[in-house]
Amino acid sequence: MNLKRVRAIANKEYIQIIRDPRSLALGLLIPVILIVLFGYALSLDIKDVPLAIWDQDNTKASVDFILNFKNSEYFRIIGYYDNYRNLERLLNYGRTMMVLVLPKDFSRYLYSNQSVPVQLILDGSDSNTATIALGYAQSVVQQYNDKLFRKSSQTNLVNSQPISLDQRVWFNQDFESKNFIVPGLIAIIMMIIAALLTSLTVAREWERGTMEQLISTPVRSSELIIGKFLPYFAIGMIDLVISVILGRFVFFVPLRGSLIQLFIMSALFLTGALSLGIFISTVAKSQLMASQMAILTSFLPTFLLSGFTYEIFNMPQAVQAVTYLIPARYFIKILRGIYLKDIGMFELWPEATCLMVFSVLMSRLAIHKFKKKIL
Amino acid sequence: MNQQSQYSEAAVKVENLEKTFGAFTAVNRISFEVKKGEIFGFLGPNGAGKSTTIRMLCGLLTPTSGAGTVGGFNIMKDQELIKQHIGYMSQKFSLYDDLTVEENIEFYSGIYRLSKKEKEERMEEVIKQAGIEDFRKNLTRALSGGWKQRLALGCAILHKPNIIFLDEPTSGVDPITRANFWSIIKEMAGRGVTVFVTTHYMDEAENCDRMTLIYKGTIIAMGTPEEMKTDIMKDDILEVRVPGADEWIDKLESLPGVKDAALFSTTIHTVVENAKIGSASIEAAFKMAGVKDYSVNKIRPSLEDVFVSSIEKYDKEHPAK
Ligand SMILES: Nc1ncnc2c1ncn2[C@@H]1O[C@H](COP(=O)(O)OP(=O)(O)OP(=O)(O)O)[C@@H](O)[C@H]1O
Ligand SMILES: [Mg+2]
Repeated sequence: MNLKRVRAIANKEYIQIIRDPRSLALGLLIPVILIVLFGYALSLDIKDVPLAIWDQDNTKASVDFILNFKNSEYFRIIGYYDNYRNLERLLNYGRTMMVLVLPKDFSRYLYSNQSVPVQLILDGSDSNTATIALGYAQSVVQQYNDKLFRKSSQTNLVNSQPISLDQRVWFNQDFESKNFIVPGLIAIIMMIIAALLTSLTVAREWERGTMEQLISTPVRSSELIIGKFLPYFAIGMIDLVISVILGRFVFFVPLRGSLIQLFIMSALFLTGALSLGIFISTVAKSQLMASQMAILTSFLPTFLLSGFTYEIFNMPQAVQAVTYLIPARYFIKILRGIYLKDIGMFELWPEATCLMVFSVLMSRLAIHKFKKKIL
Repeated sequence: MNQQSQYSEAAVKVENLEKTFGAFTAVNRISFEVKKGEIFGFLGPNGAGKSTTIRMLCGLLTPTSGAGTVGGFNIMKDQELIKQHIGYMSQKFSLYDDLTVEENIEFYSGIYRLSKKEKEERMEEVIKQAGIEDFRKNLTRALSGGWKQRLALGCAILHKPNIIFLDEPTSGVDPITRANFWSIIKEMAGRGVTVFVTTHYMDEAENCDRMTLIYKGTIIAMGTPEEMKTDIMKDDILEVRVPGADEWIDKLESLPGVKDAALFSTTIHTVVENAKIGSASIEAAFKMAGVKDYSVNKIRPSLEDVFVSSIEKYDKEHPAK
């Protein structure tokens, strides 16, 4: 690796980018446009909201109550737990969206004339989904109450609301969808930069014939790829700064976690995404082909399958399996963790590891795939 | 003696070099040798396999079979080593249109790892040599064809390689640029640089020390310009001047002893086995037709005559299937 060559290539690429107003505009306006556009919420239909339960009572009455959630297609019970620490972890790590805690005296309360305070804790990060899920939970409880009340003509129950939901929303108490969307957008923006800008960089040189001259020199594949990578990396990081600033000062999205972690994780993801773009460019050899491949293989899957547009737990099983192959899935989770919960790469180390693997693999592949040969 | 040792080692040497693209053979087992410090012309019509050969020599294409060395390095295995020692100018213009003249030179200086001082020196030398002082700060896109080619040559020789490969450097450029190119080429060869140059301008071949003629992937003639005109060209050339020359070509070709006739601007060059017999039969034909205003002279064949007759000979021996 020779730094002089890397610098020569990076510098050349930089000049070409700034002389091409279209690509420059694309690179710098994308974050602005997307963040403004997505300031509005996406409305979604959901099923299978993950639900964790702590049944402190464990009597026939409490099991009967839980059965109403079990039978609802809107909820999927992921397990039963018996302490707050575990439940808290589940929420933190995004393994569950909702937690239901039935008090110890559930059945005793039920047959007294007091309301039973059932506790419901909700991850409000994704405000849309959370709002809808809360609505479902309320309606399940309402139906249960109605049923009990109808029966009460035979019993001596006079309370029309035997069960009261004690709701608590964590992470995004005010249900602000933008708080949820802006972090996700960072992943989308980075993928677009990679897909639309980088994917052309090698293909363009083959198309224009400049590659033939370049590969006749002693330049190494790694020098060429890294040199091409650097200016786009800079654009991606500038986009990150734009997104964070726009989010914070225009849309008032709070950043609870560490800014440094945000940058480290973004740099990691960006490395992988750009390498993927360069890899596509290398394989395609024509600009048209490259841009189509980029949209199909990186941009669309990221947009649809990363959990940005649609909740992953809400997808069919087979599609859910596919989402594990989408690097943005892990990145978005980390981004939301950092933004909304003040947790990041240490708590979400499996996700961070996946990102690391993705970017190392992709950059090696891009360098490896580039051959200094015609054909 | 001195000459001998300087030329003793081959700069380029290939044996049975072959390149196929699917079922099509672009280069058909060619063998030749280029001595150090030589200007070696690689001539042939469109599609003959010139670019394919030059790309194999520069390590850009892997040969299908055969063997060879460039600067002592194996063209099958050491392609990256070869790239450290050569300069290459591809047939299609291949510098960056959206960079200025200086930026292109600067880019290739970086690629060739010239030091800051070397870079500044070479930048001035190359710009001066190519005569592009007036365009230094212009976008390359804005240059006309000839100036682009001059810059491309400059970038290919920035690092002072010992062997340079030029693929049709003069195609489609003005006569002044062509003259400029050949003076640069000769000047480099004078310093001991080996120049491998392809062209389909036959008149340029006179500038070469040695040359080969490639046709349909096969080498059909090889030698110095002198050898080409004497040893290789066994036939004689008669220059025929006659009014309405173009109408006479077919008639002359059908005469006994005349192998071929081709129009050279206003005259006809005929290839005959023997000058005396040939001119007698041509003159007889003119007399019979009542033409008086004619002349038939034996001339020294030009390289173009040699090439045309070599190609026709090859075509006769290898009729298309
Ligand atoms: N990559 C390729 N795939 C298939 N055929 C090819 C390829 N490259 C060259 N050819 C064919 O090989 C033959 C020789 O091509 P080449 O470019 O070497 O000719 P050339 O002598 O340089 O001609 P020109 O004067 O037009 O540049 C041509 O018929 C060409 O179509
Ligand atoms: Mg060619």
